[in-house]
Amino acid sequence: MSSPALTSTQAEAAHPRGLRAARMRGRRVPRGLPFIVPYLPFLIVFGIAPMLYALDLAFTNANGGVTGFRNFTRTFEDYRFVPAFQHIILYTGVWLGTLIVFVVGLALLLHGRASRASSAFRFLFYMPGALAGAASVLVWLFMLDPAVSPASFLLRHVFGVQLFVQSIAPGNLPFVFAMIAFWTGAGGWIVVMYGALNTIPHELEEAARIDGAGPFTIALRLKLPLIRKWIAYMTILSFATGTQLFIEPQLVNEASLGLVPDTWSSNQLAYQLAFRYGDFNAAAAVAVDLLVIGLLAAVLIVTRTGLFRRED
Amino acid sequence: MRTAARGLRLVILAAFAVFFVIPVLWLILAPTKADGALVTSSPLSFGSFHQVALAWDHLDAFSDHIYRTWIGNSLLYALSATAIVLATAIPAGYGLALGNFPGRRVVLTLTLVVMIMPAAALVLPIFLELNSLHLIGSVLSVILPFSFFPFGVYLAYIYYATAVPRDLLDAARVDGAGEWLTFRRIALPLAKPIIALVFFFSFVADWNNFFLPFAVLADSSQYPIQVGLSDLLSSTPSFNPAQGGGGQQVNIFRPELALATLLAVIPVAIVFLLSQRALVRGMLGGAVKQ
Repeated sequence: MSSPALTSTQAEAAHPRGLRAARMRGRRVPRGLPFIVPYLPFLIVFGIAPMLYALDLAFTNANGGVTGFRNFTRTFEDYRFVPAFQHIILYTGVWLGTLIVFVVGLALLLHGRASRASSAFRFLFYMPGALAGAASVLVWLFMLDPAVSPASFLLRHVFGVQLFVQSIAPGNLPFVFAMIAFWTGAGGWIVVMYGALNTIPHELEEAARIDGAGPFTIALRLKLPLIRKWIAYMTILSFATGTQLFIEPQLVNEASLGLVPDTWSSNQLAYQLAFRYGDFNAAAAVAVDLLVIGLLAAVLIVTRTGLFRRED
Repeated sequence: MRTAARGLRLVILAAFAVFFVIPVLWLILAPTKADGALVTSSPLSFGSFHQVALAWDHLDAFSDHIYRTWIGNSLLYALSATAIVLATAIPAGYGLALGNFPGRRVVLTLTLVVMIMPAAALVLPIFLELNSLHLIGSVLSVILPFSFFPFGVYLAYIYYATAVPRDLLDAARVDGAGEWLTFRRIALPLAKPIIALVFFFSFVADWNNFFLPFAVLADSSQYPIQVGLSDLLSSTPSFNPAQGGGGQQVNIFRPELALATLLAVIPVAIVFLLSQRALVRGMLGGAVKQ
């Protein structure tokens, strides 16, 4: 990891001229180090330390005694643990499916014929991204209320929903949350995919066209494989994000007067364990479960997709 | 055949445009109507500006002008955290891109991993950590975690590693400028586009963050607007006819809730519109290795 730095210092030690040059420039600290010093405390205190502390809590009890995996087995046996994970897995599955199919599909459709209309569509798809967080959930609570929704015809006659509480019936929630996440996030991904499609050389497309390939064949056989890396990136990242679901079920819990439990998702369960029961060790155990999923996804993206630059 | 395919393409795109745009349109129009009119009139009709003013009066009166406090808190948290992010992330990206010190790759890899990891995964660990330090309930317990923004470091790193010629910086050093002067006089002015980009991402991320302030703040007068909205939601009968009496007391009905949501996204919407072009270009032209 730091071997290039070491070798260059060794080289300077071996060559007096290099050493003299270094001294002449008044270089006492390695170049660049002072610039990252203000950032390091933040990386350590709010990036690394919370993870280590959560790990520490997860493997100990309230008195600090080491308990091994007891907190993990204990939380796993909690009657709310498995349903919460089932909810987020189902939600994440639905969301990933719609995301992959529609984002890639729409990006290919938009890229088929570059035009002014294409950039207008990209803008329209992207716009809801401004309404993230609580705002997007509130908007969709209105959209799902047949009394005021512009889609009340659809709700009433296609989905058979007459009342708001029917919209947010437990069985519907993974789909409802997936739709909200798709509504706010898809546009950003469409822009990313469109950009990736733009990096495909024109000659390649031209050659395929001369060989007699139609737009459909070009899209599926030529363009799709060339943006595979980006699709993988979107999928892994969204999988990790999906498992962390918190705000959507939290707000629906508030809007439904407790009809939807406040431990619907795993992150909510961890939160409740800490806040309602003051059981920080159990909360840490669930948080570590989720942290591991997030970390694995991140390491996979950094080391496998090759999308992120780590060397010069 | 070809026109049919073209027509189908337009129909699909238009259908999705409707899906993405209608909820936004509805939100903009809802505060122009009274609660009853929302149910009886056409969902996308315009009411009157008078109703908007009325809805604002109700919203503003809620809990002694607390809505203004929430917006002010959000501005305070997002702007001060973003200021710290700019002051730490731009030099850090520069140091990582052009420096040569032991541990450089470790810092870079850790930054990347934390950046890609979903932010929500760190909220409870941060809460547990702050709790053990008895910092819960302090404004700093929101601002300081917000000030750690690895994506900003990565953006600055990529920019300096790819877009700024090393020769330029070496030339400055040959001319006798020290490390700090080289950064201050050459590297920093060159970073203008990246400063805008980091500002955008950091501000939007902080403004929209719900989970962290929800977990670490106790007093509703400290809430940022995102958490405030959930407070507002739970004190209205909009979705709970059972809570009818409560609504009469606080005068918060659907138009007020819609107006509160709409006003809450305006700062982000403005930043979105302003930086749309730069953003799309920057996000792809160098933010990530092609």
